Amino acid sequence: MGLNVQFTTKENVLLVRLSGELDHHASEQLKKEWQLAIKEHGVKHVILNLEDLSFMDSSGLGVFLGRYKEIMQLGGEMVVCSISPAVKRLFDMSGLFKIIRLEESEEYALLRLGVA
Amino acid sequence: MKNKMNLDFSSVSSNEAFARVAVASFVTQLDPTMDELTELKTVVSEAVTNSIIHGYDNQPDQTIYISCTLEEDAIELIIKDEGVGIADIDEAVQPLYTSKPELERSGMGFTIMENFMDKVDVVSHPGEGTMVKLYKQLKKSKTLCN
Ligand SMILES: Nc1ncnc2c1ncn2[C@@H]1O[C@H](COP(=O)(O)OP(=O)(O)O)[C@@H](O)[C@H]1O
Ligand SMILES: [Mg+2]
Repeated sequence: MGLNVQFTTKENVLLVRLSGELDHHASEQLKKEWQLAIKEHGVKHVILNLEDLSFMDSSGLGVFLGRYKEIMQLGGEMVVCSISPAVKRLFDMSGLFKIIRLEESEEYALLRLGVA
Repeated sequence: MKNKMNLDFSSVSSNEAFARVAVASFVTQLDPTMDELTELKTVVSEAVTNSIIHGYDNQPDQTIYISCTLEEDAIELIIKDEGVGIADIDEAVQPLYTSKPELERSGMGFTIMENFMDKVDVVSHPGEGTMVKLYKQLKKSKTLCN
């Protein structure tokens, strides 16, 4: 099945939309592309849309935490949205919601970052 | 009656998806819920990933072994490697503990296995490899009420 990744920008926000399955195999490529997208577009914040992510394990948590640290260094914020109950359980277990904000949808996430 | 399945495959990361789908399709015979299936796929993914990254230090020419036994509504899963082994198991299973932070590991693999399964046993010796035994009793409420 694999993972599909889509990067879009809106002002100083990088929108990352993931669909498919995020495991260790997919996480290494995702990390590279994501780091490149942050650099190329000179963005400050990240919105992570997980609406179409059908599977994830702890490798996903590792990649998200890694990008959060990089974005934080740039003075930015990371917001996750449209998360499934299964993925939410993993976020809850790891305490990731203490640092990555949860919003219902992409629109709310953009509002929260001051981009209308 | 016991119903058993064995699988062995190379320690390459593209087999992580194969392993969780293979176990899920074997377990489907017991008519698990979607949540139970997701939990099983996740723990298989965690244990197989650990064998690849930690057990075999990403060497692709090694072998990972899975055995899955179904009895009534109970599942026993054994995931095994012949890799480096774990010196301190109590430390390894702590939430957020990872020996490879440079690889962006979250240290949540064992915590997820413990949360998603009824019981997790880790047998490991340095230089000999690691065996993770996972047990789960499926809920049988689905067909009871008709
Ligand atoms: N199969 C294995 N072989 C050797 N060491 C392992 C194995 N599985 C787990 N470990 C050790 O246990 C630690 C914790 O594993 P886990 O909770 O899955 O976190 P992570 O994989 O993110 O490091 C690993 O960092 C590693 O040191
Ligand atoms: Mg792990």
